[in-house]
Amino acid sequence: MADKPRIKLPKEAKKGEIIQIKTLVSHLMESGQRKDAQGKPIPRKIINKFACEFNGKPVFSCTLEPAISANPYIQFDARIDEEGTFKFAWTDDDGSVVTAEEKIALKA
Amino acid sequence: MGAINRRQAFLLGGGFVALTVLPMAANAEPSNDAAELIKKFTGGKEAAKGKITLDLPEIAENGNTVPLALTVESPMTAENYVKEVLFVADGNPNAGVATLMFTPMSGKAEASIRIRLAQTQNVIAVAKMSDGSLFTERKTVKVTIGGCGG
Repeated sequence: MADKPRIKLPKEAKKGEIIQIKTLVSHLMESGQRKDAQGKPIPRKIINKFACEFNGKPVFSCTLEPAISANPYIQFDARIDEEGTFKFAWTDDDGSVVTAEEKIALKA
Repeated sequence: MGAINRRQAFLLGGGFVALTVLPMAANAEPSNDAAELIKKFTGGKEAAKGKITLDLPEIAENGNTVPLALTVESPMTAENYVKEVLFVADGNPNAGVATLMFTPMSGKAEASIRIRLAQTQNVIAVAKMSDGSLFTERKTVKVTIGGCGG
């Protein structure tokens, strides 16, 4: 999981506007169901949690199971009442966390 | 009538195919922990139909990545919003798919993810509102190539 997550959201929004946020992170999402060439099961290794907060307050989060496709794509909405920073975090089965930040300004 | 002519042979063949396909359809019955997961989520309470719109393809050619879009009717205010939505797939080796957690700051109870489906099956969504009420919706997806590859 070395690649930088891709996040798409507008640079600015009107007060009270609901914006759409699209995120994509590169990850194999090994389900634990597959077997290798020797017939041994490949151990599960997935991103099991995603969370998004805005200025420290939770906006959207989810827990993920092996039934999520590789390179998990998550799209959701957020209402913008003030300018600030979105923080995104993806948690791997091995405990590592990939984070990202995006700023949004208020349209005059 | 002596030997089987071509038309009769064709009919026989057709009957054979129907017989072999039917038991496969019956195999798509829920065989995993879908019911238990839903029960755990709802606390055994009955979920009403409605409020949820699931956007899933009717036929998924590739079960490895099936787009799933969710919309739940809700004003999403501090007093009345969608808290959690559970997704289960009743024909996968493990029923769990994802649990989404919304807040009033989400603005809309809408989300899209991409999921894996091992075979033709139902995708079931259960939504828990801030007042504790429950809603459910399900959709059958026909899967051409399974997505939990072995």
